[in-house]
Amino acid sequence: MSFIEAEKNWYPEGVTRCGLGKFLGWLTILAAVLAFGVVAALFIFIFGIGVTGMDNYFGFGLWITFDLAVIALGAGAFFTGLLRYIIRIDELKDIINLAVIIGFICYSGAMLILTMDIGQPVRAWFGYWHPNVHSMLTEVIFCITCYLTVLIIEVVPLVFEQKQLNKIPLLHHIAHNFHVVMPLFAGLGAFLSTFHQGSLGGMYGVLFARPYAFREGFFIWPWTFFLFVLSAIASGPCMTVLVCALMEKMTGRQLTTYRVKSLMTKIGGTMLLIYGVFKYLDTWAWITDILPRAGLTFDQMFYGLIYGKWLMFLELVVCIVIPVIFLLVPALRRRPAFMYWACILNCLGIIINRYVFTVQTIAFPVMPFDSWMTYAPNWAEWATTCMILAYGGIVMSLAYRYLPLFPQEVRLNK
Amino acid sequence: MSAAHQEFATKWGLVIDIDKCTGCGACMVACQTENNIAPEKDASNKLRTLTWMNVYELKNGKEFPQAEVAFLPRPCMQCGNPSCVPVCPVVATDKNEDGGIVSQIYPRCIGCRYCMAACPYHSRYFGWFDPVWPEGMEKTITPFTSTRPRGVVEKCHFCHHRWNQAKDAARIAGTDPNNLPDGAYTPACVEVCPTGAMAFGDLKNPKHKVYELSRSKYAFRLLERLNTDPQVYYMTKRDWVRRQGDNYLPNEKA
Ligand code: SF4
Ligand code: SF4
Repeated sequence: MSFIEAEKNWYPEGVTRCGLGKFLGWLTILAAVLAFGVVAALFIFIFGIGVTGMDNYFGFGLWITFDLAVIALGAGAFFTGLLRYIIRIDELKDIINLAVIIGFICYSGAMLILTMDIGQPVRAWFGYWHPNVHSMLTEVIFCITCYLTVLIIEVVPLVFEQKQLNKIPLLHHIAHNFHVVMPLFAGLGAFLSTFHQGSLGGMYGVLFARPYAFREGFFIWPWTFFLFVLSAIASGPCMTVLVCALMEKMTGRQLTTYRVKSLMTKIGGTMLLIYGVFKYLDTWAWITDILPRAGLTFDQMFYGLIYGKWLMFLELVVCIVIPVIFLLVPALRRRPAFMYWACILNCLGIIINRYVFTVQTIAFPVMPFDSWMTYAPNWAEWATTCMILAYGGIVMSLAYRYLPLFPQEVRLNK
Repeated sequence: MSAAHQEFATKWGLVIDIDKCTGCGACMVACQTENNIAPEKDASNKLRTLTWMNVYELKNGKEFPQAEVAFLPRPCMQCGNPSCVPVCPVVATDKNEDGGIVSQIYPRCIGCRYCMAACPYHSRYFGWFDPVWPEGMEKTITPFTSTRPRGVVEKCHFCHHRWNQAKDAARIAGTDPNNLPDGAYTPACVEVCPTGAMAFGDLKNPKHKVYELSRSKYAFRLLERLNTDPQVYYMTKRDWVRRQGDNYLPNEKA
């Protein structure tokens, strides 16, 4: 049997995949992007973070924005897990595998970026050794590392269910037993995720000397804590659907039913509505209370194009109101164009949110005699960010080709 | 470590008379030599330099002949309620010692830069590259304060080593190291200032000059409304300068 024939034995039962040559060609493109990113990463590790576009005014930049965005968009994994295993919405079994893989890619990607982003990567473990229990970032470090472990545990049975691997008795039993305890991990994952999504928001809300980000709150948690949780679970399911649709477009095969996608986006839309209500209240309180107390006006919070008001309008109106309507009116959601555009806007809104909280917060000159500074990521930041995207693409492609991700695929493509 | 306000028996403070500052920058230079800050190859990007003490230029925004400028030297404020301390995930910066100086523990810092995002005064600096002293210049490194590797955050600490030296001198002289006379402990910037625009001492000790100065009606602190409670005071008799010490709504008076 030739290698090309043998490779086919590794596909999930009863499906077809593109030719090996085409697949390798696709992987080569991704690998080239990845390799360029690796070069940039080497530059960063050898010469220091000085090779990036960051500076003393912008200690956070593209990387942190990217991390926060992918962690929010990867929230589909824990939220779908929660709904599937704990709340028992059974239909979601047809998309949960995809959500888990996306979550794994997002979180492991974010961790890779962080190893470059912190100035002393070899000291990363200090977060455990010398933790400051008052810091939101400590909570983020704890929960993200623990949750990545949970995600790995969730991915393992998926990998071991691969047709050939599953023939090995040990792996078969591991996969089976992991499945049995999955509700436990889904619960654990939901708990950890809620906390770190929240803490990521809390990180900004606690900055009492940064009026752009500072928020009052409940007990030790600023309102941004809850808003970040809500926005993550609003966008996560929609991101999962978008990835699924993209994969369907690229492979030309139907992977889940429209019904499942519609259900996911309805859940996302509902969460977005709840988020929207609180986000509007929060913004109102910020404008009428936090800012005047600091002696600042709403207009002072914006500057030029990249820190302009249009971003806020886009985030709060275009990317919340429109997707909520599209996703919650059944007649509109039934139409793919409306549903997909709503998903795109929903995710875009969350990305803008993470961007303004990360960059605009520190760009606003708090000292009256200081001025707005601008920041633009340079090649090293873009290359490494694209490296993570390529890494995600590679993992996703391999997973699609060899792992039984979509229970409905065989039936839908008969 | 906690976000709560910290108070100590001694409170080292700086009072800077903006009306006396000519913006000569001697304090910046003194700080850099005193604290072993390596000369930078290309210091043209001012957002990348290590200037623990940084002089800002203030303008009244008017045209000639009403145009006026003022200069505001900005060290770390050693905030009583530092926004940088509670955020550090690894307790690499703390306010836990008598005197109230906010510490920075270089071997502990992981370089996440969260504290930089928290500080509204831009008092924190990051080592973007390895510090390099051109050949021969390494002889200028002093043993009094440690050098930093790249990848950690650093900032002004009121020349903390000079405080240790002052305490040692007091012990040798048989006087109380915890009750230093005015002038026994002086940071490099204060010592070098040619116009005497800066005064340093214990803000709680009536025998120290800063005690009176900080209580003057011309004294104010930067961004007081944000509740950071700085240990650095500024003085000016000019209203427009005073107004730039904090943010005010158009209908509010400074
Ligand atoms: S001025 Fe900035 S670095 Fe210094 S104590 Fe205050 S918040 Fe921290
Ligand atoms: S950069 Fe260093 S001092 Fe600052 S918050 Fe991070 S670990 Fe703490």
